[in-house]
Amino acid sequence: MGFVDTLFDPFIDNAFMQRALLAGILVALMCAVVGTYVVLRGMAFIGDALAHGVLPGVAGAVIFGFSSLLGAAIGAGVMIGGVNLVTKRSKLSSDTAIGLLFVGLLAIGVVMVSSSDRLTGDIDAILFGEFLGVDWWDIRVLGVAVVLVGAVVMWSYRPFAVLCFDVDLARAMGYRADIHHRTMLVMVAATIVVSFQSVGALLVFGMLLGPAGAGALIARRIGVMMAWAAGIGALSVYFGLLVSYHWDWAAGASVVVVAVAFFFAVLIVVEIRRALAERREPA
Amino acid sequence: MKPVVVARRLSVGYGSRVVLEDVDTYLEPGGSVALVGSNGSGKSTLLKTFAGLLPVLDGGLEVLGAPPGAETTGVAYLSQYHRDGLALPIRAIDVVRMARFDQRGRLARRRREDDEAVATSMTRMGIDHLADRAMRDLSGGQQQRVYLAQVLARRSKLLLLDEPTSGLDAPGRAAYLEAMAAERERGAVIVSATHDVGEASECERVVLLAGRVVADGPPRVVLTPENLLATFGVGLTHVDGRLVVTEHLHGHEHDH
Repeated sequence: MGFVDTLFDPFIDNAFMQRALLAGILVALMCAVVGTYVVLRGMAFIGDALAHGVLPGVAGAVIFGFSSLLGAAIGAGVMIGGVNLVTKRSKLSSDTAIGLLFVGLLAIGVVMVSSSDRLTGDIDAILFGEFLGVDWWDIRVLGVAVVLVGAVVMWSYRPFAVLCFDVDLARAMGYRADIHHRTMLVMVAATIVVSFQSVGALLVFGMLLGPAGAGALIARRIGVMMAWAAGIGALSVYFGLLVSYHWDWAAGASVVVVAVAFFFAVLIVVEIRRALAERREPA
Repeated sequence: MKPVVVARRLSVGYGSRVVLEDVDTYLEPGGSVALVGSNGSGKSTLLKTFAGLLPVLDGGLEVLGAPPGAETTGVAYLSQYHRDGLALPIRAIDVVRMARFDQRGRLARRRREDDEAVATSMTRMGIDHLADRAMRDLSGGQQQRVYLAQVLARRSKLLLLDEPTSGLDAPGRAAYLEAMAAERERGAVIVSATHDVGEASECERVVLLAGRVVADGPPRVVLTPENLLATFGVGLTHVDGRLVVTEHLHGHEHDH
């Protein structure tokens, strides 16, 4: 088998690899757009918490036999609502509220899993995904989600940009900062909910932060940052799946390892270029 | 002429904490007012309340004939703190273009007058050559010029500027003063918060703040050693032809 064959054959020969690639690219697109705002608005912690909050929802769905997508959405909804409630009712900072709900929901999820015989095998699938098991239904759901997120971001592109720049300015210009912030949260939640079957609830987080973080280092405009993030995310999916196929690594984790590695590679290149530029013209 | 800002017995602050009370003011088009005071004197709080960012705690306030925060397109607000080390990938020209976002529909394209407003504002602040540079690669003074160009590009009736000259070098200050003169000629009202008495003396009117209005009027009348002592707790007096720093004997009575 030639080198070129090792790059393409796994996808040509296997329908499950084609589905995984397609689903992965859709996840990469969604994560590029949503992750851009997660990075720029510093929402990494709430995103991480949402990823964990999904667990009891999905566990409940498996136990009571309804759609795990719906279960995940309920988990994310409880998380967002709870954070809102705690920060509004108490004077506690939002990271305390997020932390409490995060660990609380995770614990409930673990309790549910441990007390149910039906779930023991599924916990890994929920947290780390089953990339190679995605079916056309999953892909369709992802496609619809990408279109919806794209539409919301197009409609809100300008207020989102001002909000990332300066919250006070956004409010002084008459943009409802609270509504736009909540819209971003819902987008993060939606991304986690629709992605958990492929990359998993925990690992989708790497797809949100890695490519967008790399894009932030390279780009000088928000739209360009999204484009870089989409490209890096898609490449991560491709190479991750390839590595997973040839070396028999866990698919979701392989993709995320590549995505995070991309981030650090970009960071190193950017730092070296900066050091060289400073050497040329000392400050 | 319709007044731009009318305040009656206005109290401002955060939550239930009153920072500044009993403000009466009436601003007509073309005026410029400097709010002068030390940190915590209430000048930023007053600006934020004018901009509709903080609720009125007591008394009455009308901005452009409406409750504050209602007529947002007529107001340009420059906040004091900008996040530094901006992770945000954004070019200088994009920051100035933001000024026009709320004048157009969300999906509408920029019009020629938008591009003109952006271009002339950048020229006025002397930053044409920085247009394509990323904000994070600019110095503090250059960034401040970009923020000021954004304010100018709004072509608003009311400019609310918190420490507008912070970080500016001498040419930057000159560009700022020239731009403000042009804005006033256009009929805009400029309210700026500063602790720089020299900068305040360039304005038509000075309001000294220390939890209350210490003095209000033309700079020549207001900027006296006694008033500055009451405002800052520290004053400058001429003693035998030398400038001497005098300190407030009663401490900060108005600290809340």
